[in-house]
Amino acid sequence: MAPIKLHVNGKINTIDVGLDTPLLWALRDALGLTGTKYGCGMGVCGACTVHLDGQAVRSCQTRVSAAGDKKITTIEGLSDNAAHPLQIAWIAEQVPQCGYCQSGQIMQAAALLARTPHPTDDEINDAMAGNLCRCGMYQRIRLGIRRAAKGANHAA
Amino acid sequence: MPLSRRAFVVAASTSGAGILIGVRVSGLLRLARENEQSAHKPVPSPFVAWVHVKPTGEISLIVAKSEMGQGIRTGLAIPLAEEAEVSLNQVSVEQAETRPDIYTHMGTGGSHSTRQNYMPYRRVGATVRELMITAAAVKWNVPREQCFAREGAVLHRSSTKKASYGELVEAASKLPLPNPARVPLKKESEFRLIGHEIPRVDIPAKINGRAQFGLDVRVQDMLFAVIARCPTFGGKPAKFDAGKAKAMAGVRGVFEIPALGAGKFTAGGIAVVADSTWQAMQARRALEINWDHGSAISESSETLSEMLKSAASKSGKRLRNDGDVDAALSATTKHIEAVYELPFQAHATMEPMNITIHRREGGCEVWVPTQSPDWVQRVVADTMGLDAKKVVVHTTFMGGGFGRRYMPDYPAEAAQIAKEIDRPVQLLWTREDDMTHDFYRPASCHRLQGTVDEHGRAIVWSHTLASTSINGLWHPEQNKPEDSEIGGAKQMPYAIPNVRLEFNDVPTAVPRAWWRSVEHSFNGFVVESFIDELAAEAHRDPVEFRRSLLVGGKSGNPADEDDPNPQRLLKVLNVAAEKSGWGKPLPKGWGRGIAVYFSFGSYFGEVAEVSVSQEKALQIHRIVAAVDCGTVVNPEGVRAQTESAIIYGLSAALKNAITFKRGAVEQSNFTDYDPIRINEAPPIEVHLAPSGDDCGGMGEPALPPLAPAIANAIYAATGQRLRKLPFQLSV
Ligand code: FES
Ligand code: FES
Repeated sequence: MAPIKLHVNGKINTIDVGLDTPLLWALRDALGLTGTKYGCGMGVCGACTVHLDGQAVRSCQTRVSAAGDKKITTIEGLSDNAAHPLQIAWIAEQVPQCGYCQSGQIMQAAALLARTPHPTDDEINDAMAGNLCRCGMYQRIRLGIRRAAKGANHAA
Repeated sequence: MPLSRRAFVVAASTSGAGILIGVRVSGLLRLARENEQSAHKPVPSPFVAWVHVKPTGEISLIVAKSEMGQGIRTGLAIPLAEEAEVSLNQVSVEQAETRPDIYTHMGTGGSHSTRQNYMPYRRVGATVRELMITAAAVKWNVPREQCFAREGAVLHRSSTKKASYGELVEAASKLPLPNPARVPLKKESEFRLIGHEIPRVDIPAKINGRAQFGLDVRVQDMLFAVIARCPTFGGKPAKFDAGKAKAMAGVRGVFEIPALGAGKFTAGGIAVVADSTWQAMQARRALEINWDHGSAISESSETLSEMLKSAASKSGKRLRNDGDVDAALSATTKHIEAVYELPFQAHATMEPMNITIHRREGGCEVWVPTQSPDWVQRVVADTMGLDAKKVVVHTTFMGGGFGRRYMPDYPAEAAQIAKEIDRPVQLLWTREDDMTHDFYRPASCHRLQGTVDEHGRAIVWSHTLASTSINGLWHPEQNKPEDSEIGGAKQMPYAIPNVRLEFNDVPTAVPRAWWRSVEHSFNGFVVESFIDELAAEAHRDPVEFRRSLLVGGKSGNPADEDDPNPQRLLKVLNVAAEKSGWGKPLPKGWGRGIAVYFSFGSYFGEVAEVSVSQEKALQIHRIVAAVDCGTVVNPEGVRAQTESAIIYGLSAALKNAITFKRGAVEQSNFTDYDPIRINEAPPIEVHLAPSGDDCGGMGEPALPPLAPAIANAIYAATGQRLRKLPFQLSV
């Protein structure tokens, strides 16, 4: 155990956890940021997706020691007042069902749109295939991403 | 505001408290304005929910149903707000406390919530509206008929007089309650909410990380626990060394908990409690345990599947017998026979099982994502030796249920841990724990025999069903083993003169329970596949063949209430066929398959359009679903539930199986039990074809016809008949 600094959602936090602790558990247990979810612990479900310097990563596969000098964004820090175009689109398309996978879905999709503002269906499938939704809301996730991307079109 | 004793006291007073109305569904509907005294009548309470019209005019609906993504909070607010003439944002929906003395029917399952509650909520809403109108008429001294309600206020037709419910509620609370059975209900043409597109109330909290699921519960000073369970069902630790684990940072306790038997069915094992989830998980890895595997070690999927096959080939308990199957079979040399096999399935909810518990002086508090809070309460109380009244159960949001969260096993484990630990503890099941210690959908094997005559008419239908029954495990004394296995097979809806169903139960050490759509998930596959086989045998089009067997209605015994209405099946058959372009030409290697099915009060027709390449790669191009769920409360909810059940069914049809070896489950995570992902998810079209009958359920009934629609489509595309799930195309 050693104090370690994490730069999360614009704030620097010092926490005391083992260096091998996955970022997921540091966020949830040490920082109380429970919006990031545990689903598999193996990098195969995407529920724990956060951004490290803008890149979507699986926080269950990222040790805190590897996150130390990077900017971490979680679902809680994605936007003020749920104003991210994806969050607005998620409501318009009524995407969530149980909602458990949705933090990860939105974070993954946000990283996709940041890189590729107008993704094709194949690009959506490729980017989102690592995010399981056991409630099966895939059709709505696709619609949500397309809707948010269209918004980007308007702005452009 | 949780409905506390205080709420009753408040309600009993006549000033400044508003109106509190209990909603009752069982037997003859009756409303009551409860007071302190009647609220403490002996359990169980006859009320399923409480509606509180507050002095502000807002209405709070306190529901004892669990929100697991099916949108029930919205689904129940709609009929209430509709009749009460308030807007939806004037209704707040609150999760009820677990108090069987205040609520009955706390369980959420069987696709019941909307079905049970739709009419009672409308009547309560109408009661609120009528009380308000009367109060306004009295206040203004005008005839009642000149007043009407809108948007939480009463208006006078021939003047500008207007009074909000908030202004009227005190006077209204002193009026006698109208007879709820006779209170006037709105006409369908007057609906502004029911049947309209209504956004779900729980969604905004689910896009920004704010929704609190079970695993997100945070209590001051809490610890975190995991349990090492024997991989083999029924096994236990022979000896273990916790030395290394105990020496690890943050570890607060390592101790054995025994397996608990009937009604709880926990595996027991070694509990590890630590300051954080990760520390608990790491310390569990450091345990050295020698397992006593017990007798289940001799069981495997291979041995079980042989037992199921042999049980399906023997005669069994006869549960339906129309005409004379034996005579009809021996009258012809031409009959077809087919054997269908379905494996165990895991629920694999996205959020694994978990619970947070805090034992305190003389009682205990529990936060739990559950479909059955009252059962949790009883089991925790029983395990801890407490009176159930001393166990406070909070139902949280849950990351999926699908039947798994009905089971009270993880609460029993938490209670065992809480007996040893003085601080609040959150028990987590890792994904591996969840996958290997689920209560699985039963494995089953079905032998079907049938004949068609020279005119292409179906003459014989004989079904022998062998499964590892749920009730054989859970309720061997109260229920018969077949009770959770034969639905949909017994009600086989086609007019065939000679029909037989027989059942054989097969014992196994693998725990089983209710999985989304229960036995309909296998019987739907079997019935709707075999009717397609008979159509092929008769050289008739699958839609036209089904139609001919539905127009005549059911043969044999008179219909009982679980029997589908053939006319309604016919309608979803026709709508699904029409909307899918049934009969229109398709490219080579493509095919369409159809299935129609009734379960949980709703009718579904589904068409799958698939193609199979030279290399035997299967692609699902689209699914077209037609649904008659009686009355549509929220079309948005109906579509979402349909999409959800179809994708869930698709995972089981194409990809997932739970197998076991040496008495232990072989799958462990989403690596080897990998559900459908977005790149495999076909477009789904949902067409509503409501009959206007009573509300049907929606959580489950879209699932059963999905697998047979795909199997039938593969047959149409390739001539290959797939009778084993998950499908494997032979090369
Ligand atoms: S929890 Fe990290 S990918 Fe599943
Ligand atoms: S919304 Fe439930 S898992 Fe995706």
